[in-house]
Amino acid sequence: MPSLSARRTRQRLAADAALLVVAAAFAVPLVWLLSASVDGAAGLRVRLPASPTGDNFAAVLTDEITFTPMLNSLLLCGGATLLTVVCAALAAYPLSRYRSRLTRPYLMGVLFATCLPMTAIMVPVYGLFVRINLIDTVYGTALFLAAAQLPFAIWLMKNFMDGVPTVLEEAAWTDGAGRLQALVRVILPLMGPGLTVVTIYSFIMMWGNFFVPFMLLLSPGKLPASVSIFTFFGTYGQVAYGQLAAFSILYSTPVVLLYALIARRLGGGFALGGAVKG
Amino acid sequence: MRAVPGSRTARWLPLAPATTLLLLFLAGPIAYCVYLAFTDMQLTGQASASFVGFANFRRAFGDPDFRNAVGMTLVFTVVSSLVGQNSLGFALAALMRRASKAVRTAVGTVVVAAWVLPEIVAAFLLYTFFNRRGTLDAILDWLHLPTQNWLFTLPILAVSFANVWRGTAFSMLVYAAALDGIPQDVTEAAEVDGARGLRRFWHVTLPMIRRSVGTNLMLNTLQTLSVFGLIWAMTRGGPGNRSETLPVFMYDQAFLKALIGYGTAVALLLLLVGAGFSLVYLRLMREEM
Repeated sequence: MPSLSARRTRQRLAADAALLVVAAAFAVPLVWLLSASVDGAAGLRVRLPASPTGDNFAAVLTDEITFTPMLNSLLLCGGATLLTVVCAALAAYPLSRYRSRLTRPYLMGVLFATCLPMTAIMVPVYGLFVRINLIDTVYGTALFLAAAQLPFAIWLMKNFMDGVPTVLEEAAWTDGAGRLQALVRVILPLMGPGLTVVTIYSFIMMWGNFFVPFMLLLSPGKLPASVSIFTFFGTYGQVAYGQLAAFSILYSTPVVLLYALIARRLGGGFALGGAVKG
Repeated sequence: MRAVPGSRTARWLPLAPATTLLLLFLAGPIAYCVYLAFTDMQLTGQASASFVGFANFRRAFGDPDFRNAVGMTLVFTVVSSLVGQNSLGFALAALMRRASKAVRTAVGTVVVAAWVLPEIVAAFLLYTFFNRRGTLDAILDWLHLPTQNWLFTLPILAVSFANVWRGTAFSMLVYAAALDGIPQDVTEAAEVDGARGLRRFWHVTLPMIRRSVGTNLMLNTLQTLSVFGLIWAMTRGGPGNRSETLPVFMYDQAFLKALIGYGTAVALLLLLVGAGFSLVYLRLMREEM
């Protein structure tokens, strides 16, 4: 019978090999993204560029293709994220601190809304927005994005707030601080990491959202990057694949960096998975 | 004694902004959805919509395209969520516990990167991957295996695999956390009893993480049910309607065919299925709250 450590080593090698195969399969599309972006004559398949060039990036770095849509995305998602985080922080406070018969049903409702397939309500939302003249407005779209993200944000925020001991805000009350003051000055700073997670996660979700702005915004000048990339390159014909890859990288970089930021903040672990499970 | 400042009602005031937003932009549209589903509203002539009872639903169940969309949604959900994301995510999480640190980091980075990329970028990447002139056929060609135009011959499988590519990281992270949560002594006791391989998985591991399995399945399924952009950008539901899931069908009917009432009825059915899954999920969560 082989020793325990020999068995461990063999198991490790087998696991390594299996994982590398899966990782290679997952990596292929990503490799295409990177190689095509610096390939002057990029096609649909992965290949080493003959002579790496920055031409694709230079070609898409124009107002029309990159800067305007990215700015639109920033305004739309930044505004909606701000609204989400402020509303969620305010709502989480009474839900976390006071006991009432309504707390539990409210949280259940929030959790229920978290799970609903938002895609399904986009047709009525479109109809509603046409009726109340919010269609093709950035603030209307931001309001909907915020509302759609709010249930999960409230849920996360409440869980993070539960982790802050009440002793400190009681001390603040004794010193004459009001509820809002205690929330802003004492609780929110203490739940800094949690607040960052909610903010960044909401922003990432909105930045990548295609369907909502696709439905609610019509003017080409207002479209965020998620939709403009589709209108520019979505009509498959004579597509400049190198430029598509270059723009995809530019558009994805902010969320990848933001994710890396929260991932490190969580010590490489994953708090959202835990938070989702309660 | 806690000296809570403010009156009883004032305490609950911070709930107002969030509640207002949720009522106006979520509850409102859902109510409007229920109303529209029973009318013959069309994109043109908004004012002339009239109540038609269950006509939209009767029409849906008699519509072969609708039944096709239900079938496509089932295939898409089962292949990409239940089988793909869930099993692959678990396998990755389990293997990563035994792998060396360098491999663990590399695999984690690649899989999570696929998840972090925006939906529409993922759709473009997988479109090029499955294209007739794309990388998959290049690899098959190199291996002397038969190639084909995947987006034409097996469009629903292509978009399902795309969803697996994009969504596996979530399951992997949930299961990694769940497996970390199994106490050391349980694993050791199983080892001493000689429980290994499948038996250990079935009798020891699975019961310990069954809540995570339930949660993960629910969340994956709900997420998969509402996938639109990925499919729309890869195939637009085609060729024909061979990758047309319910969200794509709904969009097609409501906007391209201008039948808002009918499209909304389909949306309401989708919403009801989602609500059903949500309720199951709530029951799973209730034990903890």
